[in-house]
Amino acid sequence: MSLPPLDSPQWHSSLGSFGWGMRSAGSTVLALVLFATYLGIGALAHDSHFSLGWAIASTVFVWAGPAQIILISTLGSGATAVQAAIAVTVSAIRLFPMVVSVMPMLRTPKTRRHQLMLAAHFIAVTIWVECYRLLPQVPREKRIVFTQGLGCGLLVVCLTATTLGYSLAANLPQLLAAGILMLTPLAFLLSTARNCRQLADVLALILGLALFPLAAKLHSGVDILISGMSAGTIAYGVHWWRAQP
Amino acid sequence: MSNFIGDWNALLLLLLAGFLPNEIWRMLGLWFGGGIDEGSELLIWVRAVATAILAGVIAQIVVQPPGALASVPASLRYAAVVAGFLGFVGVRKSIFAGVVCGEIVLIGGKWWLG
Repeated sequence: MSLPPLDSPQWHSSLGSFGWGMRSAGSTVLALVLFATYLGIGALAHDSHFSLGWAIASTVFVWAGPAQIILISTLGSGATAVQAAIAVTVSAIRLFPMVVSVMPMLRTPKTRRHQLMLAAHFIAVTIWVECYRLLPQVPREKRIVFTQGLGCGLLVVCLTATTLGYSLAANLPQLLAAGILMLTPLAFLLSTARNCRQLADVLALILGLALFPLAAKLHSGVDILISGMSAGTIAYGVHWWRAQP
Repeated sequence: MSNFIGDWNALLLLLLAGFLPNEIWRMLGLWFGGGIDEGSELLIWVRAVATAILAGVIAQIVVQPPGALASVPASLRYAAVVAGFLGFVGVRKSIFAGVVCGEIVLIGGKWWLG
């Protein structure tokens, strides 16, 4: 599927733009990966004795696969609410730079911040990656509504998978469960690799992978944050240094 | 209906330990990112950090695997990542091809090892 050209009248209506966003959700292989991941999350919620309503609410409100897996497995293993909240908060820090980097692509000079709230809620890895790929093909004034459509489209995919996974649950065979868990790192790695535009992005990806095992030796509880901040800053430093005359 | 909703305490936990910890970072990002210029240097740094943190999440799942993935030997997990990347590069940067190659190595390898 390809989007209409920037000057096409199809972009004139907001509803139409929302529709193109929704349809774009079906055009990405990442939707398939999300579907399988949320099958796993639904099954995990069932096996951890949460209700179906709870599982659905977690997909709508949390809207971040790794955070949901952490939440369900920590609460399910009898950890306190405070322990679970801390683990989820640390895992969610990555959302901050993602939202920061997408917002300027959505904004026009007239945009008020509250108009961006729903789009910001939808930001997670998949939408972050897809925004970089798709938004340049969308007229600027329709980008917010397009992103909302994309988010709603993916939400439908994930809710279907959550419900289906919850109902099937009957203990997925271990080999299949391992395969589902491997989907996330594969899809995250390849979609990020495809998205690299500048040297800084490529270096950040490679250094981020390489530094994590080192940072993990610190057992600080915020290992990912330490390796990510250092790798990202080094990558930016190289970019800055090369840009000097 | 009570079966569907289940325990109201669990929903309150979801709100406090699941929804708020995520939404705080998104809303901070909105507040902060709403004021940055699209071409600014700061944004290049922010994107590099976001990419590197994501790389850390990827590495963590492969190096310290959760649940059923831990039953797969480490060498096989690394081989699956390499195969995925080779498939991606080999088939015109297709994410689908890469994911399929990685999964074939992981599931096929585990099945073969027994």
